[in-house]
Amino acid sequence: MNAPPRVAVRRLDLTAGRIDLTHGAGGRAMQQLIDEVFRPAFDNPILARGDDHGMFDIPAGRMAMSTDSFVVSPLFFPGGNIGSLSVHGTINDVAMSGARVLYLSAGFVIEEGFSLSDLQRIARAMGDAARAAGVAIVTGDTKVVERGKADGLFINTAGIGIVPLGVEISGDRARPGDAVLISGSMGDHGVAIMAHRAGLEFETTLISDSAALNSMVAEMVEAVPGTRVLRDPTRGGLAAALNEICHQSGVGMMLDEAAVPVKPDVLGACELLGLDPLNVANEGKLIAIAPAADAAQLLGVMRRHPLGRDAMTIGEVTADPSRFVRMTTRIGGERIVDWLAGEQLPRIC
Amino acid sequence: MKHLDEYRDGNTARRIAAAIHREADPGRHYRLMEFCGGHTHTIFRYGIEDLLPANIEMVHGPGCPVCVLPIGRLDMAIRLARRDGVILATYGDMLRVPGSKGQSLMKAKAEGADIRMVYSSMDAVRLAETNPDRQVIFFAIGFETTTPPTALAIEAAVSKGLANFSVFCNHVLTPPAIGAILDAPASGDADTVAIDGFVGPAHVSVVIGSRPYESCAAQYRKPVAISGFEPVDVLQSILMLVRQINEGRAEVENQYIRAVTRAGNARAQQAMARVFELRPEFEWRGLGSIPHSALRIRDAFAAFDAEQRFDEPYVTAEGTKSCECPAILRGAKKPTDCKLFGRACTPETPLGSCMVSSEGACAAYYTYGRMREPAA
Repeated sequence: MNAPPRVAVRRLDLTAGRIDLTHGAGGRAMQQLIDEVFRPAFDNPILARGDDHGMFDIPAGRMAMSTDSFVVSPLFFPGGNIGSLSVHGTINDVAMSGARVLYLSAGFVIEEGFSLSDLQRIARAMGDAARAAGVAIVTGDTKVVERGKADGLFINTAGIGIVPLGVEISGDRARPGDAVLISGSMGDHGVAIMAHRAGLEFETTLISDSAALNSMVAEMVEAVPGTRVLRDPTRGGLAAALNEICHQSGVGMMLDEAAVPVKPDVLGACELLGLDPLNVANEGKLIAIAPAADAAQLLGVMRRHPLGRDAMTIGEVTADPSRFVRMTTRIGGERIVDWLAGEQLPRIC
Repeated sequence: MKHLDEYRDGNTARRIAAAIHREADPGRHYRLMEFCGGHTHTIFRYGIEDLLPANIEMVHGPGCPVCVLPIGRLDMAIRLARRDGVILATYGDMLRVPGSKGQSLMKAKAEGADIRMVYSSMDAVRLAETNPDRQVIFFAIGFETTTPPTALAIEAAVSKGLANFSVFCNHVLTPPAIGAILDAPASGDADTVAIDGFVGPAHVSVVIGSRPYESCAAQYRKPVAISGFEPVDVLQSILMLVRQINEGRAEVENQYIRAVTRAGNARAQQAMARVFELRPEFEWRGLGSIPHSALRIRDAFAAFDAEQRFDEPYVTAEGTKSCECPAILRGAKKPTDCKLFGRACTPETPLGSCMVSSEGACAAYYTYGRMREPAA
């Protein structure tokens, strides 16, 4: 194969340069952006072939696929940025099938004038997050829109994975008597974002829990292949995720408020803002539902993993035609844990 | 939040609940009204009724600013927001409250009115500073808790010389509303309720102190226990009321001594007095027109009074037919007595104000307590 002819192109100014409309126009400028920002950040052999698609072999089994768009504001927040979040979020959505996550795509909608150094930071965060999770970003797309038509940068990612044989995980499989587990404290991501929003700034050392959960899921599924439901409680928090599961499975739940871990900083911020931590988003936590007989083993596996150190069994699945998620409160009363009505805070992911 | 833990402690709560069970007279029925929506929220959020004996009934009062605002005033706000060149700044709770003819601030916003959600009155002042070409109107609602900040916002606008800031004032007062509720049974109307005692407001009392309730307690022979917003606070206040009723006392007791004094916060009261004066009367949703129950902006600050600047008339408006918000706000009905509750009217599609605000009785009932009702 002949080496491509050398073309004298001035390299992108990744310190002070900005995105302009040519970077999305399909010409040499776009190619240069891909070559100098995205390809080195994502670096893998499938992407390196430079096609409009990623091509790869598929192992035996069933595939799981998911997609998610990220519009978080601010783009950089304590504990991550829109790039790492876009990788973690889609990996987690695929992993909640019990799948081994293999490949991601990444689509960028960039506003004219966006800083190239910020774009590079974000692309590198994506590459780092994907490599750390053992997942490759194998194809992508870049569009640039006029100033004022997008808030800096939006990212869409899609992901696919392979579900191991014998694993059958779905939100419709919860059964009365099953145990409900969560992998750690609730509300960290949402509060970390809110703390950095204009007009809502308050002192906190809290960082987002944004993380890829696929390695913990692999260990959980290997230890307890009969795990029935996995779900990551993102927008709408634990309350929304549990209500979704109850509706899918036609069951109810009874939780113990004292067992649900919430960090003091999160609780404090929620007091201030009038929020319920159970409605606040997480980006690195999961809910697991398993037969009661397997719960202790599953909890042990979760707690041995760095992302599940604070895992807790928080309640059980009940037979309830009304599909209520109920909770015994700290003082011994009872209440419903409901979906949130309306929007708590927009653009947290 | 360590400070709050002791007021949410399960053992303390159970100990107080045991005392309530011990001391409540089985031959008596106790109807206690928690005036504040904040207390209603706590009662349902923590399932406090599960800890009480069956003969203690909590009646939910009108202390929810969003709930008691009459529809006609909300319609005025919507009309103000639709005017050219206006930015209406409002607390988020108001956005989804249904006005007349199916209108709401949310719908007006979607149709192009410039309506901004703010977290404080000073945010509205900042909006006026950053939008000098626009008229910024702050939609001020609330009891004595939110009134001093509105007064300070007006004074800030004066000192900054802002010609484009005004306040649509809907501030109301707690003691006249308690009086109206206690007057109602005497009026002989059906659809009224006899109350044996009041769980008194927390934040409101921080501002006005415990003294303003004393004449009410004496005149109507009803005990008041001013209570903090945490579950242990509420249980302790209920115990205080049970003891007063058993002993035939009708005093103002202060459970919330960590924040409330008899005289209240003098600086906040002075700020209110500088900027506001009593309205001759004001219409409340559910309670009707109550004399001297609300505040208007003094003439000295007329330039900052949206009602004077924009000459927007008040037109009385009817709510959704068969919406029981008015009776619920008087404590005469429970949310589940309403035919619309949980069917046509939910937090996603509210038909009445009590289903919108987190302090509203219907919202608290629906969000936290609807498992207590047999499935529809």
